This record gives sequence, structure tokens and C-alpha cells, in this order.
Amino acid sequence: MPRLVNRHPDRISRLLLGLLPFLLVLAVYLLASAERLAANPNDKLLPGFAAFGAAIWRMAALPSERSGELLLWADTMASLARLAWGLGISAAIGLVVGIVNGVIPLARAGLSPFVAGLSLIPPMAVLPILFIVFGLGEVSKVALIVIGIAPVIVRDLQARALELPVELIVKAQTLGANTWTLILRVVLPQLLPRLLDALRLSLGGAWLFLIAAEAIAASEGLGYRIFLVRRYLAMDVILPYVAWITLLAFAIDWALRLLSRRAFPWFAASAGGGR
Amino acid sequence: MRALSLRLPLNRLAAAVALLVLVAVQSLGGLAHAAEGNKFRVAWTIYAGWMPWDYAAKAGIVKKWADKYGIEIEVVQLNDYVESINQYTAGAFDGCVMTNMDALTIPAAGGVDSTALIVGDFSNGNDGVVLKGKGKALRDIKGQKVNLVELSVSHYLLARALESAGMSEKDITTVNTSDADIVAAWATPQVSAVVTWNPLLAEIKGQPDAVEVFDSSKVPGEIIDLMVVNSATLARQPALGKALVGAWFETMALMSRDDEAGRKARAAMAEASGTDLKGYDAQLATTRMFYAPAEAVAFATSPELPQTMQRVAAFSFAHGLLGEGAKSAEAVGMAFPGGRTLGDAGNVKLRFDAATMALAADGKL
Repeated sequence: MPRLVNRHPDRISRLLLGLLPFLLVLAVYLLASAERLAANPNDKLLPGFAAFGAAIWRMAALPSERSGELLLWADTMASLARLAWGLGISAAIGLVVGIVNGVIPLARAGLSPFVAGLSLIPPMAVLPILFIVFGLGEVSKVALIVIGIAPVIVRDLQARALELPVELIVKAQTLGANTWTLILRVVLPQLLPRLLDALRLSLGGAWLFLIAAEAIAASEGLGYRIFLVRRYLAMDVILPYVAWITLLAFAIDWALRLLSRRAFPWFAASAGGGR
Repeated sequence: MRALSLRLPLNRLAAAVALLVLVAVQSLGGLAHAAEGNKFRVAWTIYAGWMPWDYAAKAGIVKKWADKYGIEIEVVQLNDYVESINQYTAGAFDGCVMTNMDALTIPAAGGVDSTALIVGDFSNGNDGVVLKGKGKALRDIKGQKVNLVELSVSHYLLARALESAGMSEKDITTVNTSDADIVAAWATPQVSAVVTWNPLLAEIKGQPDAVEVFDSSKVPGEIIDLMVVNSATLARQPALGKALVGAWFETMALMSRDDEAGRKARAAMAEASGTDLKGYDAQLATTRMFYAPAEAVAFATSPELPQTMQRVAAFSFAHGLLGEGAKSAEAVGMAFPGGRTLGDAGNVKLRFDAATMALAADGKL
């Protein structure tokens, strides 16, 4: 019998082993839910699957009485738009400032400590300031995401730029590259796939700030709905929304990984792209 | 055999996992019945009308009354009002402070049979509608975006305000805004109308350009602050009700005194709520406290209370707060002193009880 460290599961066992924890959680939920429902048929904390089905149908397929919208889709579109803006702006800031900081020592000396300081401010603690500056509309929600994740992406890309082999930089210069061509032809192509990686790692944070922003002031959005119905403990709506958010986050992560693999196959093949 | 079991302790692993599942199920499902024996837990959150609970616990008044009846009561402060009610509804607490509307829409609509044991006060100006701009009146709210905690008593007050001016919710747009951020929201140019409660209300009213156009003193007795206790627990251990009522009205008597001891008690409550005696007295001025048990009994047995609850039930039903299974505003039954009921008499989940408070009024506790 081989040692445990050398035993690799085949395709099917890997799938089954991967499913096992999910099934266990599901089993725990179903048993606990049945126990609570037996004690109180109206229990709202752990509703049964029939209640979930009814709630999903109501949110996704029946127009709301107040606005006539299909709430789940309206919420999803609102949240995804905010998330896309937040991630896009953060990526742009991260790429530009990260590269400049990583390549130009003068800029790094000036900006790096500031960005480091900025990234350590808990954004939720300065919310009143954000309201005054950005108002309470869409801008403030996007801004909260950007303030939350852009500094982290900047610092990551700066570190990745500094990791580029110095030989590469020197060689480009001996071949006649000036700063601008060096950035455009050597550093930028190297950093783009790493930007995608940084974005993937920031996704969790971006969702966190999005939900927080929607909890503070909003009239639609996934986070808004969750915090609204939390007022009367409607777990039959909250839990499907949480599952839906998880699925969306997973899909975005998967799409970014696919993009990275398609657009930068050389990166996926190298050691850094194994994730 | 020994070597094999070292390499692949599958049986033990499976047993451990099964045990874990069992523990998880027990801890999740078992919350449904929190109290056993003679130990009880009640939850409270910071609000002018509920600060006496903190004082009663810290000054040993709760312990004195619990000892008298041979039980133990733990008074726990939670920082999040809705979460405290949710925890009570889930079974983590035997009692919790809440408003009449939330008692109906969260525990009662969630099937947890609850008893309003103590009617502590009603809001008499503690909740208000504020518009931005000098000389504004309530009718100017038409067409505006209104920032408030949706589905809360603020929302109810807004509906009553609109009703009083011949408008409905269709005439405005509500924006759900967290109570923690509503004062900061007021400072932004986009926000022109808010509905909130004290001390946030006082903070906003203190800003220039803020005009209060409606407040809860115009609908007196409709936003009521209660101590709500699980009915099954109360039936099993009536001493819990007696101890809580006894401790409450002893604290009421103490804090309403206009002498050094009364001021000291109020100052302690003020400090615990993050203000000073002056600020707390200002909040109490817009809170109609029932300092004497007889007053509370009179309010709980008055014919106006069922009328108020009918209005609250209609509002809650119209906003989907009674649950999707509810077919009408009568879906959740309510019982009142003297055997009166409202709504589905076969599904009574919220009971207003004046019997224990009457014992306090008669000095029989």
C-alpha cells in the first residue's frame, strides 16, 4: 500500500470527495430545519426547501406589487453594475499607479508610503466622510468598493513589477528602450495577467464592500434586499440570495481565470499561473 | 491490522464526522427551546425607554427580584436592535424589548407565541419626519425621496403622516438607510427628507434648515415599547414574569423621583446611552413613560390598544411583513386583557397581558 501522501484520487473519487462537505452541510441544514419546523411550523430561521422554492419563484418570476419589477433580476443588475464599475475603476487605478510605482523610483518614493497608509484605513470607519464627498447615490457605492480594494491592487502590482527580473529591464534598455517603451513593451504585458490575479483575489473584498454600501442607503440591489428582509427574519429570501451571490462570485472568478488562460497562455504555463 | 488502521482510520473518521453533524444539528435545531430550569436570559438594546433595564441589572434590582422568586435572570445588552429580536425569535433569549409593530411582525408572524408582559412607554415625539428647507410643511414631502429604515416604526409613522395629509406612499419614494448612518446622510445635498427616532432625530433637528413636519405625538399611543417574553416559558415559569415586572416598576419608581437618588439613577442611564443627564431628560420628555404600574395597566386594558394594533396589522400586511403565507391582516391573532381577541382566534401569537402589571399596581408582588 502506498503512503498517504502518494495516493491520488481518480476523477470520480475526486468529484465525490469534493461534493462530500457540501452534502454534509446540506444534511445538517435539513435535519436541523426539520427539528425546528416540528417544534414550530412557522419557524423563520431555518425554513424548509418548499419555502425556498416559493420565495425564489416570488422574487424571480412574479412582478413586485410595489414597482412591477422582477425583484431578483432588478437587484442583480443593480449590484452587478456597481460591482463592474468598482472593479473596473480599481483595476485601472491599480494598473497605472502600480506600474508607475513599480518602475519609476521617484514616483515610488513619493507615492508608495501614501498608498500603503491609504490601504490601511478601514473604509467603513470613514463612511460619513465618504457620504459628504460622494453623496448617497450610485457614486458613493462604487467609491466604497474602489477605496476598499484599489490600494490593495496597487500594492500588489507594485510588488509584482518590482519582482520582474532586473536583467529584463537592463536588456530592454541596452536595446534602446526609453522609460515609456519599457513600460509599454516589457512591464505592461508582464503585469496584465497578474492584474487579473489580483482582481480575482479582491473579488471577496469587493462583494463585501458592495453589500455594506447597499446596506447603508439604497433602493435596490442584492445587499439592499438582504438587509431589508432581515428586518422580519425572512431567511427564505435571504438564504437563496446568499447562494445566488456565491454563484455569481464563483462565475466571475471563473470568467477571470478563463480570460487569463485564453489571453495569456504563457502565464498559465509558467509557475506563477498555476492557480 | 494495526498498521492498516493507522493508515486509513476511515471508521473513526466517519464516526467523528457523524458526531460533528449531530452536534451541529443539535446546536442549530435546539435553539428552539432556550431556557431550561430556572435560568433565564432577556435581551435589551439602547433606547431612551429601555435604559432602565440596564440600570435595573447593574444596580442589582433584577437580581433582588429574581432571588425573591428563586430564579436567575441574565440581562444581556445587544448592539443591534433587529438582531436582538431575531435572536429572541430564534429562541436564544426568553425575553426581549421591542416595539408593538416589531413584536407582531417578527416573533408573532414567525410563529413564536409571545406575551407583551410590560408596556413601558409610548413614543410621544420620539419619532419624527424632518424636511430640509425653511418653512417647509408636511405637504411638501410629495414627490421627494425619503430616507428612513424601511419596514420599521419610522416607515409606519411615515405612512400615518402621509395619510393625515391625504397622501399615500405612492406620492413619495423611500430609500432604505441604516439608522447608524442617517445623521451623516442628512448632511449630504441629495437627502431632503428623513424619518427617524431619538437621539438621531434630535441630532438632525439641531441642524440648520431642518424642519420637523410630523412626529409621533400626533399619533399618541401607537408606537409602543414593550418587554416581550416567550409565552410558553412564561406559562412554565410565571415567576419570570413576576420578577421582571417587579424589577421594572421598582426602577420606574426610583427614576421618576425628583431627588438626588432619582437624578443619580437617570444620570447612570444617560451615561450608558452615551449622553448626559440633560440630553437624557430631553429624550424622556418625548417618551411617555408609564412610571406607575396602574398607568401601564390602564393603557394595556384601554379599548384604543386593539384599534392601534388593528392599524399596525393592516400596515404590516400591506407591506408583506406578516409573511407570504398570510392571506389577510387577520392572519396573526392577537389577544388583549379581558379576553378580547383580534384576527385569527385560532392562531393567537401575540398576547397583551396586564395581569402581572396589575399585581404590581396592587402591591401584591
